[in-house]
Amino acid sequence: MGGAIRKYWHVFLVGIQNNLTYRFNFLARALFGLIPLIAVLCLWKTIYRGKGPGGSVGSYSLAEMISYYLLMTVVDALTAVNEDDWQIAADIRDGNISQFLLKPIDYLWYRLSLFFSGRVSYLAVAGIPLAIFVTSLHRYLVPPAGAAACAGFVVAVVLTALLQFFTSYAMAMLAFWVLEVSTFIFILFAFEYIASGHLFPLDILPPALERALYFTPFPYQLYFPVSVYMGKTAGADLVRGLFVQLAWVVAAYFLARFAWARGIKRYAAVGG
Amino acid sequence: MNPTLDLDDVAPPARRVSRYFSIYAALWKNSVAREMTFKANFLLWILVEFLWFGLQLSFIGVLYLHTDNIGTWTKWQVVMLIGGSHFIQQIYQAFFLINCTNLSELVRTGKLDFLLLLPVNSRFVVSLRQVDLGAFVNAGSAIGVMAYAAHRLHVVPGAGQMLGFLALCLAGVAIHYSLMFLLATISFWTVRAQGIVYGYYNLFNIARMPDEAFPTTFRAVFTFAIPMLLVSNVPVRVLAGKLESNYSLALLLGMSVVCFAVSEWGWRKSIGRYTSASS
Repeated sequence: MGGAIRKYWHVFLVGIQNNLTYRFNFLARALFGLIPLIAVLCLWKTIYRGKGPGGSVGSYSLAEMISYYLLMTVVDALTAVNEDDWQIAADIRDGNISQFLLKPIDYLWYRLSLFFSGRVSYLAVAGIPLAIFVTSLHRYLVPPAGAAACAGFVVAVVLTALLQFFTSYAMAMLAFWVLEVSTFIFILFAFEYIASGHLFPLDILPPALERALYFTPFPYQLYFPVSVYMGKTAGADLVRGLFVQLAWVVAAYFLARFAWARGIKRYAAVGG
Repeated sequence: MNPTLDLDDVAPPARRVSRYFSIYAALWKNSVAREMTFKANFLLWILVEFLWFGLQLSFIGVLYLHTDNIGTWTKWQVVMLIGGSHFIQQIYQAFFLINCTNLSELVRTGKLDFLLLLPVNSRFVVSLRQVDLGAFVNAGSAIGVMAYAAHRLHVVPGAGQMLGFLALCLAGVAIHYSLMFLLATISFWTVRAQGIVYGYYNLFNIARMPDEAFPTTFRAVFTFAIPMLLVSNVPVRVLAGKLESNYSLALLLGMSVVCFAVSEWGWRKSIGRYTSASS
């Protein structure tokens, strides 16, 4: 057990070193990413101005709406897969996974360690501009809804990261069957983008549509932790939500394992 | 033989144009052949773009559940704006996008040598080498959305409006191309320019938003420094009969010329730094 932890800890450290060579890319990505964020905040401000003072959209005041986007950006920086899915697919396509079949390293844990190292290095670089930006808007930022919301938020963020990773990993397994997986990744990403709350908070949708989304894993990939922080999901709903999220994480994990087991039977180690 | 002698310098202008047309026709033939090798992939990429277009439209649909207008822009006017912006982006993508994103790879691997040695204008061949045929299909869906929005707005644009719209779209395409090409030339200075090139996608996001949503400073930056708020807002204002003054027309056309000139200057500066790789 101790040996296993040391092994993957080492992978994590090497991953950080590798990732930090891309620090310029991370910085550019974080800075460019602020542009559409600023634009969408301006858009909402204009809409609220049209409503007059004290106006609201759904259950959101202007401050809450701006907080939503800021929190969403923070959670996204903490949990989004960066290039993990492309790299996994490339490893399969180029035959690089052959070495993992021979070594006492589990590819899934190996990639998870790299995913964490990617997030840590991304935050080390992008955290600074992001923190400055969030601080500059601090007068709009609402505090967490309470101690329970705070604790629930932390747990939900960890589960969100795991769900993001396992889904991407399972998706990348398609590389065993098709040569070019990027289209499939982009198609899934499109659904995830709108249904996980990247574009707008899900509870401003018509109620029937919002309820329907809760039958999919998408809200748990971003929206859920933010709604916990803001107290939109609290009490029994919060506990139930965390269990549903955990169930999706477990399901995605088994899907990833299953797809790997099926894929490896077809695997021909091209170029490996 | 004079080493600086170039076919471009000796041929009369008319022959030069027809020569470039026949080169471009050959490039098209290549692109068609390439796309048809991976037919399923070709269709899937069209689907991807189509989904993302739908996603932008749904966002507007959700916004307008909660408001009646953004500045003076009504729902169907913004739908037309999203359509117009998608149209311009897809036309740009059809001709230039892959070539701009490929430039950093050409520099990194030193394959640019091969293109520089060809007896044609280097910028021409670097910018137009591949054609993305799927983008024309998506430009078609954008036209469909614009036509439907015009129908909902009870707007029937006249021939003059249509021509004006198309001409302004070309200016918009020129701005997208010039700015992205300029960004791509950064790859001559650092090998890790790919991130910057993809960063341009974030600017497309601004091009499809109604200009009136933004405060003065933001509007000034994205009008005079990076003219994203002109690219599709001005043509769609013409189409929707929403143009306030001819000043913005002149501004869009003027900025497209400025952007192109700056990108040409950047290209010449950068190509002078090129020292090939691994050879």
